[in-house]
Amino acid sequence: MSRRRFLAVGLLVALLVAGVGSYYASSHPDGLEYVAGRTGFGDSAEDPVDTGSPFADYGTKGVDDARLSGGIAGVAGVLLTLAIGGGLFYALRRRTPEPEPQLQNHDPS
Amino acid sequence: MHVPDGFLDAPTSVATGVIAAAGVGVALRRARAELDDRTAPMAGLVAAFVFAGQMINFPVGAGTSGHLLGGALAAVLVGPWTGMLCISVVLLVQGLFMADGGLTALGTNITLMGIVGVVVGYAVFRLVLVVLPRKLGSVPVAAAVGALVSVPAAATAFTLLFAIGGTADVATGKVLAAMVGWHLVIGVGEAIVTGLVISAVVASRPDLVHGARGLATRTPLVTSELAS
Repeated sequence: MSRRRFLAVGLLVALLVAGVGSYYASSHPDGLEYVAGRTGFGDSAEDPVDTGSPFADYGTKGVDDARLSGGIAGVAGVLLTLAIGGGLFYALRRRTPEPEPQLQNHDPS
Repeated sequence: MHVPDGFLDAPTSVATGVIAAAGVGVALRRARAELDDRTAPMAGLVAAFVFAGQMINFPVGAGTSGHLLGGALAAVLVGPWTGMLCISVVLLVQGLFMADGGLTALGTNITLMGIVGVVVGYAVFRLVLVVLPRKLGSVPVAAAVGALVSVPAAATAFTLLFAIGGTADVATGKVLAAMVGWHLVIGVGEAIVTGLVISAVVASRPDLVHGARGLATRTPLVTSELAS
């Protein structure tokens, strides 16, 4: 598999997981929330600050269909993470890779 | 394990903010050595993948769920410093855009999942790799063990912070037992997901797995695959 194809397949999987698979995720509280509720500090949680994002709580403002609303938010989150992370890593990268004879001699990409 | 605003008092949140900023600062400098033209796009993909993986809560019984934290996964795929940055970016996007994890708790969440999760996950991965046979097949196994340990480690770190600066008056022992117990179970899910994902990447592009460096080219089948 070429590196480009590998990255494309990886991104597709991430988009499908966030955009489609997330609908089927468990809606039970996660470990921390559950423990907080059970041991008695759950009520100390404050409501999250409204940042004005249309994707609060992994839904999309103005979209009523639960599957679509969560799917759009998931896809948006993946793309935002990719853009911010990708931009950061692209800016940080070394321009001329140091030779790593063990691996890169065999890597055509 | 996203800590909301309010669980920890202001001084503790400021302290974890300082720890997180220092950790990210070091990671920004050290990640350079891990990132080049080949691995930078991979690192962006890993961050996006961890974001997606964190959306999938799996039930762990008694009305509780867990989801991937991704620290060990990211560290094994792209290196520990870049992995730390991947998790931090995910937490930033979740806090800013998804209202998941408090904004005043961002430093706490980066400290727990981005620093403790990554450092413990990667350290255990390296230790296990030393005792396993020197072959590619050992990488997913070691990564899974690292993942398994990383989750209760982050849960323990949370309890420590709660003991120092929890706003509610709850006995630390009670919180510790419940946190570690549940997060051991969640850690099993973390280990399965991490092991499967690393297996898939090792099978298709072992050269893109940071934790497989030095093992990849010893397998002739792999190099012929790469040449195609």
